[in-house]
Amino acid sequence: MSDVVIKVENLSKKYVISHQSHERYTALRDVMANGVKILSRKILSPFAFRDSPLSEAQEDFYALRDVSFEIKQGDRVGIIGRNGAGKSTLLKILSRITEPTSGKIEITGRVASLLEVGTGFHPELTGRENIFLNGAILGMGKAEIKRKFDEIVEFAEVEKFLDTPVKRYSSGMYVRLAFSVAAHLETEILLVDEVLAVGDAQFQKKCMGKMSEVGQDGKTVFFVSHNMGAVANLCTSGLHLLNGKSKYYSDISGCISAYLSHMSGKTNEVINYTGVKRPPELNLREGAKFINARMISEKQEIPWQIPFPLNPVFEFSIVVEKNVPKLELGLALYNYSNVEIASNLSSDKLQMENLQPGTYKIVVEYQDLNLLPARYYLALGLRTDIGMEDYIPDAAQFEIITSTASAVARTYIRKGILIPKVEYSINNQG
Amino acid sequence: MAEPHKLIIEAGRAERHYWADLWRYRELFYFLAWRDILVRYKQTAIGVVWAMLRPFLTMVVFTVVFGKLGKFPTEGSAPYPIMVFAAMLPWQFFANSLSEASNSLVGNANLISKVYFPRLIIPSSAVITSFVDFLISGAILVALMLWYRFVPGWRLLALPLFTVMAFAAAMGVGLWLTALNVKYRDFRYIVPFIVQFGLYISPVGFSSSVVPEKWRMLYSVNPMVGVIDGFRWAILGGDVRIFWPGFTVSNGLVLLSLTTGIWYFRKTEKKFADLI
Repeated sequence: MSDVVIKVENLSKKYVISHQSHERYTALRDVMANGVKILSRKILSPFAFRDSPLSEAQEDFYALRDVSFEIKQGDRVGIIGRNGAGKSTLLKILSRITEPTSGKIEITGRVASLLEVGTGFHPELTGRENIFLNGAILGMGKAEIKRKFDEIVEFAEVEKFLDTPVKRYSSGMYVRLAFSVAAHLETEILLVDEVLAVGDAQFQKKCMGKMSEVGQDGKTVFFVSHNMGAVANLCTSGLHLLNGKSKYYSDISGCISAYLSHMSGKTNEVINYTGVKRPPELNLREGAKFINARMISEKQEIPWQIPFPLNPVFEFSIVVEKNVPKLELGLALYNYSNVEIASNLSSDKLQMENLQPGTYKIVVEYQDLNLLPARYYLALGLRTDIGMEDYIPDAAQFEIITSTASAVARTYIRKGILIPKVEYSINNQG
Repeated sequence: MAEPHKLIIEAGRAERHYWADLWRYRELFYFLAWRDILVRYKQTAIGVVWAMLRPFLTMVVFTVVFGKLGKFPTEGSAPYPIMVFAAMLPWQFFANSLSEASNSLVGNANLISKVYFPRLIIPSSAVITSFVDFLISGAILVALMLWYRFVPGWRLLALPLFTVMAFAAAMGVGLWLTALNVKYRDFRYIVPFIVQFGLYISPVGFSSSVVPEKWRMLYSVNPMVGVIDGFRWAILGGDVRIFWPGFTVSNGLVLLSLTTGIWYFRKTEKKFADLI
């Protein structure tokens, strides 16, 4: 079968970004205030040049520019590229959530998108009700849902709780049910955006199995992910996006190596904490505070993302405002389901006594941590014997990825969170 | 089994196929309305009671304040409470629709940024939910009629017509507010004000015949005046008369707000996913 099911010609999507407003959305109040500002400026200095800074605060930004490619039926296409390369925009246009600015797409067949499992689930409704609702949202008709209902329930293993509101479900049940509805969609083309980032390792494996099954049915699959291991496993061809332009590779390994070679320009992204609100209920003393954080591990093709089995290394800048007798740095690591994996206190190793006011850099290097590929979260604290000086609950997130074939082989079948260092011995007992 | 279904995406294309799409997504429309109704009456134990209690208590207050203390005249020979409630029905429907619809898109932001469907579905389903409230509180009207032994005449048959008008008014103004609320988030502070203010300037607690003749035309600029007058005409019967010039103006404005509402909503709709 070699019919073209998706044909994209010169697709572009333009966004207008405004540098002026820091808000995510406009408020009428601001629009009116701006109008008055411009007006008063005109009255006060009617001969001034018209390009005042107020009017030039906008800029065009092309998320996609002249993207063209053709996909044949049964292709499993990995879409890869660094953050902001236009991956999500492409999927959004394919699933018609936004319109392209110019260009044309021809699609033969029904399209369903799994942009996030569980979209439209309502916590107050029962499992049964949510199956119908979610199915309808994903594009199934009532008759189709009825026909597949038993299958969906069976796959999700929630028979007993069908008439319980999903707000009482465990998170595992919730995700299973959501994925099950999505997995039973009868469509020819499936768009998937990092759904595999959710759930535990076992569930991820179930998803992967279902996905490759879907691919074998002759369905066309688009898969967006940062996880090269998953992409290599699942996809047959690839689309590499770079700054809004695309290049199509008929074989996925060529696409992955093109992506990796483009990623070599390493940038260290600094996360700034100066304007970040601290939890007010902690009554922080703020005699010493975090200024910023960087991940300084090697081999970060994308900042805050390191390949397995490298160890995370962080560098924190702190400012000491008044003399603190004895300072301690605390770090806590969390996984995706908010389980605290580890917490460390600097006082175990490092003495920070009688620090004079000024700024300091602290480097923290984890050793032999061997975290499995997934996303992790970091919380930061500073304290003295008297109390908490500073605390940032969601200080940073980083990702351990699988970027080489050998790492894929070593991690793909593992369960758990990390691979601890273990010594084995065997002796013959006769 | 399925014939190959061809889809072409390009700039401005969704525009042309809008109404066909709306028809294709009718099942989703049904499910969303069903969800809203289900959730509405599930979340509060007194869900149904609340839908009846609120208009009923407001009616009692208006009857006491306007009818007893203010000694306002009723319309025709109808008891004052029935006259108030005949207006309270469409007004509550209109007010609930406005507040539900204007928040509906922002409340369903995760749906809008993840799945395609004609966005018109969401505020419409909010209006439908309010319509269910309307039907429920209609039971109070029936109870009031039994209590006062009030028999409506043949004009009651015209009530569906005025209900359609109330629907059009709710949709028209609702769509405007919904679209504006996505663009300017501070609109959500304006909507409760409109609703509260509207209750007093619309002839809910009093008959619109108390408005002096020379101001009646201007008064009819409020589209709800026409709707409420129509409801009273149909329900109270007897010698209740409609001020036809004003009624025509109100009706025209309802149609205008509905068409411009749909126009503005569709104009801004394409950008919702980028804005939200």
